[in-house]
Amino acid sequence: MLAYLIRRLFAAAVMLLVIILVVFSIFFLVPKWAGVDVATSFVGKQADPAAVQAVREKLGLSDPIYSQVWEFFKGIFAGRTYAAGGDVTRCAAPCFGYSFRSEQAVWPVLTDRFPVTLGLALGAAVLWLVFGVAAGVLSALKRGSLWDRGAMVVALGGVSLPIYFTGLLSLAIFSYGLKWIDAQYVPIGQSFTGWIGGMILPWITLAFLYAAMYARITRATMLEILGEDYIRTARAKGLREQTVIGKHAMRSTMTPILTMLGMDLGALIGGAILTETTFSLPGLGQKVLDAIKNQDLPFILGVTLITSLAVLIANLVVDILYAVIDPRVRLT
Amino acid sequence: MTAPLHEPTAEAAPSAADEAAVASADAKAVQGRSLGRIAWERLKRDKLALSGGIIVLLLIAVAILAPVIAHAVGQDPELHHEDLIDPLFGTPKGSLGGLSGSHLFGVEPVSGRDIFARIVYGAQISLLVGFLSAVVAVVLGTVLGILAGFFGGWVDSVISRVMDGLLAFPQLLFIIALVSVMPNQMLGLTGTGVRVFVMILVIGFFGWPYIGRVVRGQTLSLREREYVEAARSLGAGRLYILFKELLPNLVAPIIVYTTMMIPTNILTEAALSFLGVGVKPPTASWGQMLSNAIDYYDSDPMYMVVPGVAIFITVLAFNLFGDGVRDALDPKGSR
Repeated sequence: MLAYLIRRLFAAAVMLLVIILVVFSIFFLVPKWAGVDVATSFVGKQADPAAVQAVREKLGLSDPIYSQVWEFFKGIFAGRTYAAGGDVTRCAAPCFGYSFRSEQAVWPVLTDRFPVTLGLALGAAVLWLVFGVAAGVLSALKRGSLWDRGAMVVALGGVSLPIYFTGLLSLAIFSYGLKWIDAQYVPIGQSFTGWIGGMILPWITLAFLYAAMYARITRATMLEILGEDYIRTARAKGLREQTVIGKHAMRSTMTPILTMLGMDLGALIGGAILTETTFSLPGLGQKVLDAIKNQDLPFILGVTLITSLAVLIANLVVDILYAVIDPRVRLT
Repeated sequence: MTAPLHEPTAEAAPSAADEAAVASADAKAVQGRSLGRIAWERLKRDKLALSGGIIVLLLIAVAILAPVIAHAVGQDPELHHEDLIDPLFGTPKGSLGGLSGSHLFGVEPVSGRDIFARIVYGAQISLLVGFLSAVVAVVLGTVLGILAGFFGGWVDSVISRVMDGLLAFPQLLFIIALVSVMPNQMLGLTGTGVRVFVMILVIGFFGWPYIGRVVRGQTLSLREREYVEAARSLGAGRLYILFKELLPNLVAPIIVYTTMMIPTNILTEAALSFLGVGVKPPTASWGQMLSNAIDYYDSDPMYMVVPGVAIFITVLAFNLFGDGVRDALDPKGSR
């Protein structure tokens, strides 16, 4: 178990390194290959050459790429110092650098926005797990019934609807039309009920999309598992149907569900870009979209790191949970 | 290969290995049915899948004939009609977003461009990107998956690690990032052409591991089958075995994953245009119309509903058809 953990953590660290390198190459090498000067595009088109040179020197943009990557990593753990001539700026650890556009420090903005996205992702995940899995299990048990067909039609509709459309529809109907909800984001520290009020529409629309997917997968998996020999054995032993389904069938059904949950939750924590854009939630996704449009590399690196870390951690937790849920799985 | 004694009717769905046998026996045995025939007969009975397929064909026709259709109703997707706009609010005059006999779906706020014509032209972008990015993914996924599964060893390790890595990437983030840094001129293409080309490449690139994994898994099990061994003992080369023995048996899962990938890609294209990194105005795209509609969701809801429903119908039709194809081709399929 411990060896397994160490190996997985090592693999995760390698993966993070690869991701950082890829992001660096996307934003430094691709523009170079396309013939665009990175430093000039950061300073702005009208900037005079001296200013461009100063910025380039201070940010270390003319250094070779490996030393830029090294400086970036060093900054996270030990802080870093930006210097160009007499102009010296000290950035304490964890230092993710400064925005190329607004000269804001990246780390405080990330910590400021992270709770919004985390709240959105976790709240929606609870909703879609409960409703999606329940609907899928019920459909599988009452296969071919009116409920099954109805639920699967709704689910198929759900996976075919883009979130930015259902989001806008729900805003138009519940917030503007019926005036039930004031869709305005309020930080949880300010007012708990206000926070719930602002998050309820994003939660429901996001959960609807995922619940539809999870219901379809749950139903398919459950149907397959109900045909397995060990279920027949359990029934033959005279176990109650409740136990057969609840304990024996549910355990294996949850394995693929958990795999999906790990990936989906990780990706969402790193920024529910579409949902946050639709509902104007000030989370990581909205920020990274801004940053990408402005080619603001430090922010993109920061958010990408958090996202990748979230995906990796979520996957690791899921793999460990497998062993708990499914007795056939052994971690080696 | 001699035709095995085989009774197709006794077994509702032949396994992958038997398919080739059934297909080759088809010519001789009267009651023999090819996999294609069996699948088609199942698909014909699936009313939902068929209606999905018909809608898909209609949409393709609409996309190809977009100029003709727009001309027939006398509208141009990029022509402004400012006279139809309320100068005070910027919203269309009249009810339901300026809907009228000549503007079937109304007009856009501010510019007054005809929404019907823009929807029809938007189908071109959606379907083009949806199909071609799936083609990119299928070609990459099939070639790399088959190589990984067939050769094993370090080839398999490298390809599998790359697939795992790509699947663990925050995909939407990287797709957005790549699409937005790509230059606006390349290979003699400019403007919309470049945006579409870049989206096809990037979406296709992030899609191939899904197909690659399936193809690899299938290849791993198929390469141990007797008929491969038979071919090898007859002196067949590696390439012959790969393309003549293995590939035909991989067609079914590849078709299934392709049909399921197209709607996802259409949604991704719409999302990119919605986020403002896809095709640029004045070229019409559904996602971009929805993104403009955010500002008018309260004053002009029609503007949001029309492109939203267009995306919904398209994706739903592909999903219905894809589900049907899966059920028809999947040997384990039981519904």
